[in-house]
Amino acid sequence: MDILRFITAGSVDDGKSTLIGRLLYDSKSIMIDQLEAIEKQSKNREDGEIDLALLTDGLRAEREQGITIDVAYKYFSTPTRKFIIADAPGHTQYTRNMVTGASNSDLIIILVDARNGVSEQTRRHSIIASLLNIPHVVVAINKMDLVNNSQDVYNNIVIDYSAVAASLGLKDITYIPISAINGDNIVEKSASFPWYEGESLLHILENVAVANDINYTDARFPVQYVIRPQTDDLHDYRGYAGKVISGIYKKGDTICVQPSGLQSVISAIEIGGQQVEEAFAPQSVVIHLQDDIDISRGDVIVKTDNLPTIENELDVLLCWMGNKPLKAGNKYLLQINSRVVKAVVKEIEYKLDVNSLLQEPSPDQAQLNDIVKVKIKTASPIPYDSYKKLRVNGGAILIDETSNVTVGACMIQ
Amino acid sequence: MSENINLVDSSRASSELGDNNYRRLDYLDQLESESIHIFREVAGQFERPALLFSGGKDSIVLVHLALKAFRPGKFPFPLVHIDTGHNFQEALDFRDQFAQAIGEKLIVRNVADTIREKNLTEQKGKFASRNALQTFTLLDTIEEFKFDACIGGARRDEEKARAKERIFSVRDEFGQWDPKLQRPELWNTYNGKIDKGENVRVFPISNWTELDIWNYIRRNKIELPSIYFSHDREVLEYQGQLVATSEFIQLEEGDKVAIKKVRYRTVGDMTCTAAVESNASTIDDIIKEIIATKTSERGETRIDDRVSEAAMEDRKKGGYF
Ligand SMILES: Nc1nc2c(ncn2[C@@H]2O[C@H](COP(=O)(O)OP(=O)(O)OP(=O)(O)O)[C@@H](O)[C@H]2O)c(=O)[nH]1
Ligand SMILES: [Mg+2]
Repeated sequence: MDILRFITAGSVDDGKSTLIGRLLYDSKSIMIDQLEAIEKQSKNREDGEIDLALLTDGLRAEREQGITIDVAYKYFSTPTRKFIIADAPGHTQYTRNMVTGASNSDLIIILVDARNGVSEQTRRHSIIASLLNIPHVVVAINKMDLVNNSQDVYNNIVIDYSAVAASLGLKDITYIPISAINGDNIVEKSASFPWYEGESLLHILENVAVANDINYTDARFPVQYVIRPQTDDLHDYRGYAGKVISGIYKKGDTICVQPSGLQSVISAIEIGGQQVEEAFAPQSVVIHLQDDIDISRGDVIVKTDNLPTIENELDVLLCWMGNKPLKAGNKYLLQINSRVVKAVVKEIEYKLDVNSLLQEPSPDQAQLNDIVKVKIKTASPIPYDSYKKLRVNGGAILIDETSNVTVGACMIQ
Repeated sequence: MSENINLVDSSRASSELGDNNYRRLDYLDQLESESIHIFREVAGQFERPALLFSGGKDSIVLVHLALKAFRPGKFPFPLVHIDTGHNFQEALDFRDQFAQAIGEKLIVRNVADTIREKNLTEQKGKFASRNALQTFTLLDTIEEFKFDACIGGARRDEEKARAKERIFSVRDEFGQWDPKLQRPELWNTYNGKIDKGENVRVFPISNWTELDIWNYIRRNKIELPSIYFSHDREVLEYQGQLVATSEFIQLEEGDKVAIKKVRYRTVGDMTCTAAVESNASTIDDIIKEIIATKTSERGETRIDDRVSEAAMEDRKKGGYF
């Protein structure tokens, strides 16, 4: 059994939370007491239907307003897969919370309200899916019940969205007509769409191939912590603890520490105290080296025949998440995996217009939820890969040193 | 346009996997690795972390994950237990023996002491609980030891407010959670930067479900306190729930008390944790029952969540875990 992490996205009220409620309900993943609780709350509703969105809208403020504010994580499994679902908010104001949920997702379900078609928020979330390089996209055209399950409506939205997808370079897209509220095409294929040739949503989720998304070629091991027991019997023990974020490491491999460039050979690898011959992504391990060289937290152990880029000038696509605007010249901390360095945003090259997808050159500043291209200079060179090539070693966050808050998501080019 | 934003790289051929097929981690291995990574981020980012350890199954799994993260080194944090004084003796005994067996430091602070020192008022009534008062002792303990990070065993599948919380959850100096002001948390990059007086609650097993925990316990042959397995116990039947009789709950005329075969699904205070009628005496039996059950873990076993729709959210806002 493996894991699929996915997120639901799309405009306000397109039915994201309802869809997840349906998926959980129809796959019998909701417990009686949870159902009773939402039934009780749904009583106030005029139509008397139970509101499945209440399953994920867990905050009081969300239930009061009937909207999602922050990501909720839900879990269910079928015999083949464990699913980790992130239910994202649709409101533009809360886009940064959507980005939070999307950053770890293998797949994104973009909902489109069949009555409204592709909207600004559909485009915004699609851009984010593209920026974050989410490998698989499902476009679910929802509320088909409100358009008489019309194939024409469906086809027109597919045509519209295909244009957006093409301009964003989104790949591996699957389209599906659904009615989240009625459960059509969610767990079972529905008779409401005799013209639809594909499978149910759950079937798609169970079968999308995530195995290929792991990179076994470019070995990257950021050191998180150095284990040094310094007891009598373990006097010389020095292990580098971290997670293999990509690639494979074997005993005897010649390695190189970045950014220092020091070299050594792997003498042992341990997983949970057991010696192993090799380690691969995404295992958490301890690596031992033949030589006592200077390595500390934030350094990256790589192999001499496959080096990352080491630079202090970075071209970055940036989702701005700060409440205060970003201006050229602002200083932040930049954190990439376990490495933190001081950084300055030298220049804002352009801002992306979410509707036209055009670039507005040299804006004065970036506001909350803007997507901009910037040049960042770091106080010292950092080892990284382009995000496009290696998601796990090309994403970084910006931290406001005065408030400690995470204010930016960087996709290094 | 498309040049800059065309980000999706499909260059890796799908046939590449071929001989890497055996290098696919099972879901439990993936969860384990994620949790170990979080533990090591805490060790790397904080000066004075603590692991909150109650002797319940989730915190026991947490300690096992810490062993995998740091052995043969010592834990870079003590184990801390906030003892309400209403705990199950079996869990307390297990707590002490386990801490001793692994040779790690255990700090215990008692809610009873806080009540006495600060003149706090105890709840009254049949199931008078110290759940709310627990937060006072926790915050005092954080202050006493200047803890900057507290690692806890909460899971997002437990409850709808928990489902919303980040893995690194920043709390102000009163321990308060502000659900409308959570920091973005991207990829597996955790920002643990805080000001003096603030602290971070860290939840390494956020993405585990109850069943994942049990399957992990089975796979790794993890030992648990005896109360998780079927045993005879005198219980009070109250509104469909079975509450162990003890000096902490007040029996009244007409209360239905009987000896039943029960086990516990969660271990909290004796006053607010209910037992489940069960003959399951092995982990395999328990897993079978969990798969078949129609009631959620908290729904079946927690009396304290029933108070209001937003009970957990409110407690978190007030500094609770
Ligand atoms: N008729 C119909 N109504 C639907 C369908 N799916 C959702 N709805 C309704 O649309 C409304 C909004 O649904 P939600 O699931 O809360 O929408 P959301 O996308 O999660 O909204 P935010 O999270 O606030 O962005 C609710 O009243 C739902 O009952 C559908 O398939 N058909
Ligand atoms: Mg919603």
